[in-house]
Amino acid sequence: MNVFDIIGPTMIGPSSSHTAGASRAGLVARRLLGEEPVWARVVLYGSFALTYAGHGVDRAIIGGLLGFELDDVRIRDSFRFACKAGLDFTIEISEEDMGHPNTACICLRGKKGGSVSIVVRSVGGGVVNVVEIDGGEVLFSAEYDTTVIFNNDRPGTVARISAVFAAHEINIAFMRVFRKYEGKEAIMVIETDQQAGEDVVSELRASENILKVITIPPFRV
Amino acid sequence: MIEEMRSFNELVLEAESQGITLSELTLCIQADTLKTTRRELLGKMRKNLITMRQSAENGKKETHSASGLSGGQAALLERHSAGLLGEVAHLAAVYALAVAEHNACMGRIVAAPTAGSCGILPGVLLALGELRGLSDDSLVMGLFNAAAVGMVIAQNASLSGASGGCAAECGSAGAMAASAAVELMGGTPEMCAQACALELKAIMGLVCDPIAGLVEVPCVKRNATGAVLALTAAEMALAGIKSAVCADEVIGALKSVGCMMHESLRETSLGGIAATKTAREIAAKLKEKENFENEKI
Repeated sequence: MNVFDIIGPTMIGPSSSHTAGASRAGLVARRLLGEEPVWARVVLYGSFALTYAGHGVDRAIIGGLLGFELDDVRIRDSFRFACKAGLDFTIEISEEDMGHPNTACICLRGKKGGSVSIVVRSVGGGVVNVVEIDGGEVLFSAEYDTTVIFNNDRPGTVARISAVFAAHEINIAFMRVFRKYEGKEAIMVIETDQQAGEDVVSELRASENILKVITIPPFRV
Repeated sequence: MIEEMRSFNELVLEAESQGITLSELTLCIQADTLKTTRRELLGKMRKNLITMRQSAENGKKETHSASGLSGGQAALLERHSAGLLGEVAHLAAVYALAVAEHNACMGRIVAAPTAGSCGILPGVLLALGELRGLSDDSLVMGLFNAAAVGMVIAQNASLSGASGGCAAECGSAGAMAASAAVELMGGTPEMCAQACALELKAIMGLVCDPIAGLVEVPCVKRNATGAVLALTAAEMALAGIKSAVCADEVIGALKSVGCMMHESLRETSLGGIAATKTAREIAAKLKEKENFENEKI
């Protein structure tokens, strides 16, 4: 924690959890997609679903999808900007209990044909946690350089991946491994103190049992 | 050097032993922990001050929030010639209202410490700046002082209405503003701690009860009263009045009161002002309007 967690963030109001957190949720989804989104389906749950109009949750998420930062006044008119940018979107309200009051599900398709789907929670102060990606359970906040790796659950995979980071002198701050069933697909989330560059990513992609690698920059410098 | 800013008492003792202000101590500690320079930290904080000033100016314009519940009150209070409040308290209340209204209208603000309580600290600091001739450099140091108070509260209690009620949001913002005001008026670090304790005791137990779950009623106007309360606490501390219970213990009580507070009074809009007949009628009307607009789409 530092002074700018207390005096900050600079953001578009009215709520750090519902507005700043929502725009960050959109931004994280955009970064995970890694390209310009052309189609989005957003589902809001809990308090997001109940108070989205007054807090601008919907406009904030769409603003984030367009790449607007938390303090970008264009968030207020993000629907209009989405139209201009060629982003076709739907926003749905669900009564389903997702276990956390401020939850959204964001599914995206990009210009180049990529897609990603996440479940994200706004946990207060504009901070978010991604709790699901492409159907797999995860947990990360995107406050660090984050690499998400989809891999086959085989012995030695974790060691091989961490060796790549070590070889490039990238320090791993946090590392979590998730899987549903033994021997099936697993997801690894690696948060690092340095950025994993293109060279690291292509080396990871080339290594055995790796299905997909996504890397995103941190929100805080 | 202290590394963790967890105890108000420790910070006061350290600042007084070094013969420096709380803000100066905070700046040194943060430059060290964040591995950066004073210059960079000061520059970044100055940007926050500038944004605060812009939101105060923009908030004085008579715009309204999407719900129609907020807007125009800062302008009204500014035009009113205050017969009860002194000029500093009057202006602080005007700015606090303006920033909070700007927030409700989806304007750009600095969370301090939260968006719902974002008017109190700029209200107090900007009023002191204008009416007591303080430079922006001084006000930036005021923000570092306030940040130290916020960090101590965050680590020992909470800054979120959902866990500690409004006392955690507007209460913390007021404690931060009171402490900063004391330092800016030449008070000692010990007096800053006293101001913080006095303010938190005054707001202890305040519930978070927003109508229809929106950061508007009663949040916006609590920013104005919160700014005046902060000035009262600061004035008492500067006069040498001491809290019988020290700031750290008061912060401990803030946490336990927050834990005891019923869930209906912690941002769920099920109790307090949000549960009144009028509030429920407003919420129902807003829901109706929303459904109508959704049908149009």
